[in-house]
Amino acid sequence: MNPSEIEKLANLARLKINEETIEQTAKSITEVLSLVDQLKAAETEGASPMAHPLDAVQRMRADVVSEANQREAFQKIAPATENGLYLVPKVID
Amino acid sequence: MHKLTIAEIARKLRSKEFSSEEITRHLLQRISELDTRYNSFVTVTAEQAIAQAKQADTRLASGDTEPMCGVPFAHKDIFCTNSVLTTCGSKMLSNFVPPYDACVVTNFKNAGAVMLGKTNMDEFAMGSSNETSYYGPVKNPWDTNCVPGGSSGGSAAAVAALLAPGATATDTGGSIRQPAALCGITGIKPTYGRVSRWGMIAFASSLDQAGVMAKSAEDAAIMLNTMASFDEKDSTCVDQPLEDYTAGLGNPLAGVTVGIPKEYFGEGLNAGTQAAVEAAIKELEKAGAKIKSISLPHTHLAVPAYYVIAPAECSANLSRFDGVRYGYRCDEPKDLEDLYKRSRGEGFGDEVKRRILVGTYCLSAGYYDAYYGKAQVVRRLIKQDFVEAFKEVDVIAGPTSPSPAFQFGAKSDDPVAMYLEDIYTIATNLAGLPGMSLPCGLVDDKPVGLQLIGNYFAEGKLLNLAHQFQQATDFHSLAPASIA
Repeated sequence: MNPSEIEKLANLARLKINEETIEQTAKSITEVLSLVDQLKAAETEGASPMAHPLDAVQRMRADVVSEANQREAFQKIAPATENGLYLVPKVID
Repeated sequence: MHKLTIAEIARKLRSKEFSSEEITRHLLQRISELDTRYNSFVTVTAEQAIAQAKQADTRLASGDTEPMCGVPFAHKDIFCTNSVLTTCGSKMLSNFVPPYDACVVTNFKNAGAVMLGKTNMDEFAMGSSNETSYYGPVKNPWDTNCVPGGSSGGSAAAVAALLAPGATATDTGGSIRQPAALCGITGIKPTYGRVSRWGMIAFASSLDQAGVMAKSAEDAAIMLNTMASFDEKDSTCVDQPLEDYTAGLGNPLAGVTVGIPKEYFGEGLNAGTQAAVEAAIKELEKAGAKIKSISLPHTHLAVPAYYVIAPAECSANLSRFDGVRYGYRCDEPKDLEDLYKRSRGEGFGDEVKRRILVGTYCLSAGYYDAYYGKAQVVRRLIKQDFVEAFKEVDVIAGPTSPSPAFQFGAKSDDPVAMYLEDIYTIATNLAGLPGMSLPCGLVDDKPVGLQLIGNYFAEGKLLNLAHQFQQATDFHSLAPASIA
């Protein structure tokens, strides 16, 4: 991992990484990936991927409203709202 | 009063030796006097606690039989609490006051338990030393120059320092068991799905599981009885009958076979830790258990598989923190992308950012199969090791962590060294099995944990073994010399 690869990755994750720490970030991510690379040598022939320890499947429920509308409670804790809408910087000029 | 166990408190509340309000005020006083040493609480909810205690006293006066009624305890700051700050150890949530209670919080409220406050933790539960908390590290009550373990370090330290008789916690790769070991207390992570994750801030959803920390296995059983439930709001919660975890505590160990995995006693294990764990296994044998050597051949792949799966899930889960709906927002964003990037860049600490980046990499086009796909297959092999082992044994025993508590800064600049702290605990999460840690000795005046791993839904069996061990030994009643 070099700093320019980290920048690309950080953009995918919508994460601002400071210029001063980017070298250090690249180094530590490289270390983690080399730990993880031990997986490559693992013999996994015939085994299937496991997503859930108990191999559970999604429970279904009746298609009815189960939650009360709490818009005001949720918007009260938002950084910026107006007329019941969440405010963000202008997207289109 | 602060030395009492939950079982003793429940009895004394009923014999009217003291009221819930009295013990609550006593513990709040201790927290305000002593927690400057340990930093185990992020928020102390004194007023609410006294109000809850008064309500509990009314319930007790009318003959309430809920064992947790009137018992003070603490919640890890990962559980959403209605109208009470919930930070998850992060700057990102430094202003987050949830408008609802987590299922676990509701369960304790319904039982009449008294919340003293919210405990400190590694940021978003990512860490094994509590050094990643935005609110500063928690200090280990046994040696304040040492870490308490993580991520549930605040809960562990609060119990070890006798500030609370019990606390809730969560465990994604060892976050209950490792700090329990390092702080000399008892902690249990139940089977994946036994406790609802609803309202518990998500890190890695296929691994996260809530559990408890206490002074004894008996207390852990009492707390788990209150905590566990089936919850429709958590789609991975298991709809399986609940058992009374206190019912089997007294069962004799004759006929129980304990497996000792040879992979848990290899290179990297501290000699003192090994000796204490081996002595504990002898004690189990003395109590009637049969000891059998076993092998979990894919153990060495657990940490690598975990550091693909957990970061991958965390990168997806933490994408919800965008500076728009709640949590931290950067100052004067110049456009929407800048708002996302700077809110996240400024709101998350280094370890969280590292894991988001690793997860993003492992899930990105061209790398998915080689990393995430492969890790999920390895996960199957790790589970299969346990399935085979549990054909021959009832419980698996070994060390919880490779060494006792280490000094602050010893591993904080070396993520891989920190990750290896959880080398004996991570496989349990990957397989979704219940695991616990209980104190089994001291090395250089610092506690050592014995880990017990059970088959699916065998929490009762683990607690039974732990209780029998604690009937025969007194490691669980040791307290740091500095704590009166």
